[in-house]
Amino acid sequence: MEPSLRTIQDKVSAGVRLSEEDALALFLSRDIHAVGEMADLANRRVNGDRVYFIVNRHINPTNICVNRCKFCAFSKSGEEPLAYTMTLDEILSRAEEARYQNATELHVVGGLHPDLSFDFYLRMLRALRERFPEMHIQAFTAVEIDYFAQITGLPLEEVIRDLKDAGLGSLPGGGAEIFAPEIRNRICPEKITGDRWLEIMERVHNAGLRSNATMLYGHVETLASRVDHMRRLRDLQDRTGGFQSFIPLAFHPKNTEIAKGYTSGLTDLLALAVGRIYLDNFRHVKSFWIMVGPKVAQVSLHFGVNDIDGTVVEERITHAAGARTGQEMTVTELVTLIRQAGRIPVERDTLYNVVREWPESSA
Amino acid sequence: MAGEFGVTSSALWRNALERAAEGRATVGDAALLLREAPLFDLGRAADSVRRRLHPDGVVTYIVDRNINYTNVCTCQCSFCAFFREKGDPGAYVLTDAELSRKIEETLEAGGTQVLLQGGLHPEWDLVDAVRLTRAVKRHPVRLHGFSPPEIWHFANRSGVPISEAISRLKEAGLDSIPGGGAEILDDAVRARISPRKVTWEQWAAVMREAHRQGLPTSATMMFGSVESPEHVASHLVRVRKIQEDTNGFTSFIPWTFQAGNTLLSRDPRFGETLPSGFGHAVGYLRVLAVSRLVLQNVRTVQVSWVTMGAKVAQLGLFFGGNDYGSTMMEENVVASAGVAFRMSEEEIVATIRDAGFRPMKREAHRCSI
Repeated sequence: MEPSLRTIQDKVSAGVRLSEEDALALFLSRDIHAVGEMADLANRRVNGDRVYFIVNRHINPTNICVNRCKFCAFSKSGEEPLAYTMTLDEILSRAEEARYQNATELHVVGGLHPDLSFDFYLRMLRALRERFPEMHIQAFTAVEIDYFAQITGLPLEEVIRDLKDAGLGSLPGGGAEIFAPEIRNRICPEKITGDRWLEIMERVHNAGLRSNATMLYGHVETLASRVDHMRRLRDLQDRTGGFQSFIPLAFHPKNTEIAKGYTSGLTDLLALAVGRIYLDNFRHVKSFWIMVGPKVAQVSLHFGVNDIDGTVVEERITHAAGARTGQEMTVTELVTLIRQAGRIPVERDTLYNVVREWPESSA
Repeated sequence: MAGEFGVTSSALWRNALERAAEGRATVGDAALLLREAPLFDLGRAADSVRRRLHPDGVVTYIVDRNINYTNVCTCQCSFCAFFREKGDPGAYVLTDAELSRKIEETLEAGGTQVLLQGGLHPEWDLVDAVRLTRAVKRHPVRLHGFSPPEIWHFANRSGVPISEAISRLKEAGLDSIPGGGAEILDDAVRARISPRKVTWEQWAAVMREAHRQGLPTSATMMFGSVESPEHVASHLVRVRKIQEDTNGFTSFIPWTFQAGNTLLSRDPRFGETLPSGFGHAVGYLRVLAVSRLVLQNVRTVQVSWVTMGAKVAQLGLFFGGNDYGSTMMEENVVASAGVAFRMSEEEIVATIRDAGFRPMKREAHRCSI
């Protein structure tokens, strides 16, 4: 084993928190068996052999966005031919489909639309909650929350309270990208700063709502900027405990302004494994199969991952950037994938309550 | 996978892993490792064998083209989505002009070899195979061609012994023989997935004869269909035994069954073995690692980006693989099953480098596939 890994391994075995230097050393390591084993230990200490998935449905109400992030192939201006905005009815009919698939979650994120009012989103939440009380609504990244505050002139607390009152159940973790300003200014100069993203999440958590946290990797970021990103997440989590899962997101290059290839399998696994080892105060690490592919997602279950997201059904954002995966995985496919990796599949709801367990040998 | 039987079982697989690391794995050992050894223990052991055989950290690849001269095939294996019957819509036989064009394109792209394989055409015999060989060898290119079932078919149709078929193909310019058609070297498995194909001993006989005549070959294994871990284990040990006798295998290439559009995927019995099978990413890495451990007398183990994708193939370099395969340029057989990964030479090089290895375009004599 590489000598620097030995001291890190001792820390992981003893449950001692890693330094930023440690995390960097793990990213630089090519001893994937040692890194994988540490991540596996850190994960199984908390989650055992259980691997979670969710029956959910993504809804992206609009791709019209006032921002033009360079890594994004999804956002459009209103005049572009591929621009779209769903009506409330279209949104509700997608939720209706989700109900027939026994989904427990609606995952709603979209662009920063120049004309849709805050009131539209409140009406959307109320209508969804009223018609589909059995489904949890996870919606709006911190970027959208900030935008609502801007267009209404309301203080953040009020925006969050209104959304919560209207039916918002929790927030996804998007829009985090990479916090470090020198990277952020290159990939998404118009987006809220990393500090602002963290501030909004803190308010969200303080308002009693949970959220996830993401990190976009594989573009122009440095390994040090990834470590810095995770450090800030870990600091905030120490204060609020409001993050449920850490979700590294693999950059997809098609139709974007960043000239890079797809991430490698090794890069994907290290992002997940190092996240698992370093973020000792996060209970869950999720590998989003849409991005890394079902095969790497399966291997990642040995590299610290205990959640492979869900059925998804309709995914527009990553597919606009050339995702080579399908739009949907069935429950049977998810259960099989987890079981083949030697783990126990558990269907969860958004807040990680168990919906159903698939113990070994039952079909 | 591990731990089901507690401490006793852990001691068993540890002993098996120790024997495997020394190159002495039995069929029972290999099957036990496949079933029970933790992924990282397998990976680490396979990686150290890889490092001992290839201490320079080089991972090779080749620029070549896969040419399938016909998809008309009397074998009609249930795992195959490529074959057609003669006269079927979509049935084809390449013309000499098409063949020449494909070879010219290969040479222009910097290719040094063609991999020539095809279906068992009911009207073709050794004369046709020799003609095809000469047609290829009119170009300055290496010919890696005709898997054992094809050679058996040509010999059989012409009524000559295998030894004569091989010597005449060699005389016509054949440089090496691909190890396809091995599937699983067990006749019970073959009876289910490829009942009309050569038996495992016939496959082995062609390979032994090729080696005897100085033609290098590769060996393959297609797993993830209906076989058990014991079948995989005995396949590996059978290849090892042939290699002990002949030393003619240059590389071993395990790959996974692709179910799309196949008769086998519609067989109600298929799927019974799925959760315990290995035709998935984690299973692939386990089989790759055990292959590296058992077959220490075969220098090269090739990863399969064609069936597993670039990402898992890259991970395979940490589980015993030391060769990334070929640019292919075209791939028809796996693509018929709905799987169409693509990789350029640049992507292959970048992927190898990203994993910390040194990419090296393979020289002709280190043939593979």
